Amino acid sequence: MKLRVKELTFSYENKMILDHVDFAVRGGEFVSLLGPSGSGKSTILKLLTGVLPCEKGTVMVDGAPVKGLSPHFAYMPQNDLLFPWKTILDNVCLYGRIHGSLKAMRREARASFPEFGLAGYEDCYPSQLSGGMRQRAAFLRTALCKADILLLDEPFGALDVITRGEMQDWLLGIHRKMNRTVVLVTHDMDEAVYLSDRILILNQSPARITDEIEIKERARDREWLYGQGDLRRKIYSLIMAGAGEVRESGRNVGAQ
Amino acid sequence: MKKYSWKPIPFLLFTVLLLIWEGAVHALDIPMYVLPSPVQVGKALAEELSVLAGHAAVTVGEALAGMGISLVLAVLLGIVMDCFPLMRQGIYPVLVVTQTVPMIVMAPVLIIYMGFGVAPKILTVVLMCFFPVAVSFCDGLSQVDEEYVNLVRSCGAGRLKSYSLVKIPAAVPALISGLKVSATYSISGAVVGEWIGAQKGLGYYLLRVKNSYMLDRVFACVAVIILLSLCMNGLIGLCQYKAVPYMRNKR
Repeated sequence: MKLRVKELTFSYENKMILDHVDFAVRGGEFVSLLGPSGSGKSTILKLLTGVLPCEKGTVMVDGAPVKGLSPHFAYMPQNDLLFPWKTILDNVCLYGRIHGSLKAMRREARASFPEFGLAGYEDCYPSQLSGGMRQRAAFLRTALCKADILLLDEPFGALDVITRGEMQDWLLGIHRKMNRTVVLVTHDMDEAVYLSDRILILNQSPARITDEIEIKERARDREWLYGQGDLRRKIYSLIMAGAGEVRESGRNVGAQ
Repeated sequence: MKKYSWKPIPFLLFTVLLLIWEGAVHALDIPMYVLPSPVQVGKALAEELSVLAGHAAVTVGEALAGMGISLVLAVLLGIVMDCFPLMRQGIYPVLVVTQTVPMIVMAPVLIIYMGFGVAPKILTVVLMCFFPVAVSFCDGLSQVDEEYVNLVRSCGAGRLKSYSLVKIPAAVPALISGLKVSATYSISGAVVGEWIGAQKGLGYYLLRVKNSYMLDRVFACVAVIILLSLCMNGLIGLCQYKAVPYMRNKR
């Protein structure tokens, strides 16, 4: 297993957000964490990157435990968080700037610009780009990090439905080429079905992984997605069952 | 609703005011030692241009030195206050109190401590300019989106890199806003310092011509002070244009 998360538990202001979250991801696999808003999905990614301190549980990459800020993970937040004062080229080379390998990373980044649909925009500022292009630039910044595992936190959540669809098609294509290990957090069921090799379903706060669905189809396209009525119905009922548990126990929704 | 905009309107209004002033001086027969007319002020300005230029150079030098010192101190203090919240809690109220002391009172005290050289004039400029720069920069640092900092931290950046890559660049627009405010104060600050005790500078010239009841020259000097203050403001605008290119098209 590339990544193994064991009994990850996290509380914020005396409220339990994560309750013994367990999951594992194989190398090159695309796994989605699917759950309702406020279920603590993003908290899992923040704990993995080390931005939030892990109070209980273990995270292991390639069998070795990981603590604090780890070079194994590259994080892509929901908002693109491109620096408005830097050009797109300088933005995507953030990792190189931090680790003193800017020149080499600039070469690598320039070579990747056409594939990311950003050719000719190297010297533009983020404000000059469309929402989709900004997200692609943010993804390139994440992909250029020398990390084994990419953590994507609702990367297309802020985009309109058409651009989001285009971005999903693009991500599906580029993941096939890159073959990197990806953990995607989303509340969009179709996005999870379309992109993932495996979907982990979380119930509402405190979050636990309640179910797991493997998607074996590799030759996916939009037509295939539209034909997945049964699968979508099943996932929807699993999510609603998790949400129902919360309503019955009378808990409030916690911070994500 | 359509908004009406016509660029020459401020100039037109200014010209109308000058014409009213000129007309009033002639119509009411006001003597020059009470209120000179704009034409008399213009004549005085032309006659005294070389003298005023010499004094202005001294004042501008003091203002630039004071602004430079204010900028360095404000950036350092801003970073320290942002790094250590306890320092911010302690220093911030003291900064506010320093601004309540009238500078016209402080300037003679500074001359007692530091003599009649340029030092007390520069310090007067610093005391007037430091506060807006420090406060705006400090507020700019504290308002940086924490998500940006988390992003660079997740890429392996330490505290120093978080400041150099995110916090300081993100606070630059706020810093420039503070600099624009203090730039307009800087010339006046130097003039106040020179007014109290100096051998050169626009403040010294102003005091000399005022005591001689040469009000046309007083007004000519005031016009130079206004022009220089606007130039200082423009200089900061130019720095903004060069240093913050991504804001060029933003209003």
